[in-house]
Amino acid sequence: MLATIGLQHYLILSALIFSLGVLCMATKRNAIGILIGVELVLNSANINLVGFSKYQTGKGDGQIFAVFVILLAAAEAALAIAIFMNFYNNVRTIDVDRGDELRG
Amino acid sequence: MIEDAAFYIFAGVSLFSAIAVVLSKNIVRAAVGLLGTLGGVACLYFLADANLLGVIQLIVYAGGTLILIVFGIMLTSQSPWVGFLPTKVQAIAASIVAVILTIGIVRLVTLVPWAQRNPDELSQSLTVKSIGDALLTTYLVPFEVASVLLLVVMIGAAYLARTEK
Amino acid sequence: MALIRAIIKHPILSGLLAVTIGGIVVLTLIVAFLDQIKWVLSDQFWFSNILSLAIFGGIMTAVAYCILLERKISAWIQDRYGPNRVGPLGLLQPLADGVKLLLKEDITPGHVDKALFVLAPFMMFVVALIGFAVVPWGGTFRWPWMDADATPLVAQVASIDIAVIYLLAVGSMGVYGVVLGGWASNNKYAFYGAMRAAAQMISYEIPLGLVVLTAVITVGYLLPVDHAMDCLRLEGAVAAQAPHAASWTMWVVFYHPVAALLMFIAALAEANRAPFDLAEAEQELIGGFHTEYSAMKWAMFFLGEYAHMITSSAFMVCLFWGGYHLPYCTWLSTDESALAMLCRIGVIGAKIAIFIGAYMVVRWSLPRFRFDQLMRLAWKSLVPMGLVILAAQVLIVYYGWPQWISIVVNLGVLVLAAIASLTNAMPISGRQQSLLIKEKAAREKEYELQHAGV
Repeated sequence: MLATIGLQHYLILSALIFSLGVLCMATKRNAIGILIGVELVLNSANINLVGFSKYQTGKGDGQIFAVFVILLAAAEAALAIAIFMNFYNNVRTIDVDRGDELRG
Repeated sequence: MIEDAAFYIFAGVSLFSAIAVVLSKNIVRAAVGLLGTLGGVACLYFLADANLLGVIQLIVYAGGTLILIVFGIMLTSQSPWVGFLPTKVQAIAASIVAVILTIGIVRLVTLVPWAQRNPDELSQSLTVKSIGDALLTTYLVPFEVASVLLLVVMIGAAYLARTEK
Repeated sequence: MALIRAIIKHPILSGLLAVTIGGIVVLTLIVAFLDQIKWVLSDQFWFSNILSLAIFGGIMTAVAYCILLERKISAWIQDRYGPNRVGPLGLLQPLADGVKLLLKEDITPGHVDKALFVLAPFMMFVVALIGFAVVPWGGTFRWPWMDADATPLVAQVASIDIAVIYLLAVGSMGVYGVVLGGWASNNKYAFYGAMRAAAQMISYEIPLGLVVLTAVITVGYLLPVDHAMDCLRLEGAVAAQAPHAASWTMWVVFYHPVAALLMFIAALAEANRAPFDLAEAEQELIGGFHTEYSAMKWAMFFLGEYAHMITSSAFMVCLFWGGYHLPYCTWLSTDESALAMLCRIGVIGAKIAIFIGAYMVVRWSLPRFRFDQLMRLAWKSLVPMGLVILAAQVLIVYYGWPQWISIVVNLGVLVLAAIASLTNAMPISGRQQSLLIKEKAAREKEYELQHAGV
């Protein structure tokens, strides 16, 4: 198992972090906890991109994609926090299970 | 050999921190766990010859986004120790889904015979210059679109978070 | 026998004897292993490791004496003596302080989040220290015993091609110590301090980044074309500012005086120093984020703060103030002897010390900003000024204009900012203004209601 590091190691690590991110998104009831889960998932995608960039293309394209992912994550976090602030101002809690006013 | 050991160490750090993120009941601890994951992954980038990306990860992700998240946590918590725990059904269902996901993806990854480049070529590292050149030539359109997107997000976030008059 | 006993009992003579014996032992060891020592010092890998240890020791001593200097300067400004009891001129005071802080009871209050409470000061400390790895202390040199054609050593721990961004990243991580410490303390005042620190540090990173970009682009323009990518290495930035025949000095600060000033202001704010020390405002917040800390953990925060000051001073010196170069001193810049290397370390150390002195004089002579003033300074003055200077520098490089145009732009920006501050003097923030208007309207309504029946 402890073979020379190759592409597969990066992909497996990425898969594990991805699943943990999904688990985090599913189990946290704090809205910001869900956001943290999303960040984990994005990170796992970045690990994949960097792994492929290193072991397959050898050019910088994977890294550049990863830069865009980081940028999108920053944008997404800024918007999400702004939305959570409004949610908190309206509902007085950050528990997403309480945001069910629109349920029929 | 040292690089292999370093990979396992950094991968272990990021995985351990990610597990801490999932298991922690306190949301600030989850954020610290995410910081650990980000740091470990940044070290992995350094290991994979992506120095610039690693530093960008530290400066934008750890220094900007995560601080923003911590800031959001502080503004929206009534008390430091309030944690919202999932119900048992939620937790069990989510764990089952996550386990199935893990097994599925790992199986897929190990099944596919990934084409790998010659290890001798691997050592050549990418310079900052080549990445900068690519960003301003091949990837110019996404780069500009991203800047417009950031502007839109900035305006949107400022509008959403404004104080009521 | 009686003589020996007398010497041992005598306080000064016994000390001298111990020092002599110790010196002889150390000298014998050095002579015995001279070749090995020479070899270790001549190998870049081992030299870098030894240098990093030496820098760690040097920085720790420097930090301890920074605290003494701070107390001396505050005393000088407030017309007091300052610490002068321990040792001559109070020079042993840091030692006494260190012993006191180590022996003090280390209290961990019962209501804190223990893991984060312990983690926070260490984070602050470590993050402040790892920035020193990329600072070019002494340039290239050879030991006297090395061949004249041997590869010269570099007096720098790590030479990475993205040192400037690395330093920015490390600086931006410094906020975690403050934020986590404030949060884990579970104390209202500490919490407010942490909130303020987070907002302040995110805000001031932007002007800092803009100014650093300006300096990097200028350095890339000053460097020869085939070395232009060295502008992201700190030693490249320093090399671009070496004195040469064409111009009496090439320091970036002469081309961008206002940018250097902006960087100083932003660095003050990043280091949480007065007049931007809202995170630990004593009057309002008791002590801010470190209210609940004591003994060594408390000291760690301060060691971190002072180490951060030294890092940011070194950053400024390397980018704007010519690193280890002095005007006209071509010997200092080009010589590859060990003596020149030591002189270069002395020069960069002296420049850093001057900046630290400036930090301290600023701290003890200026009053603290209010929080809205702090935010307005960052977003409405520093960011636009930095943007204009950056845009001007980019245009200069793109069209190949002479570099002196940037001086005009810098001074113009300063004049414009002064005019803007005169015409648009707004003593309170927009939010406060709207609150005041609301209050006034409510008062008027109440007045009308009271007098309606009359």
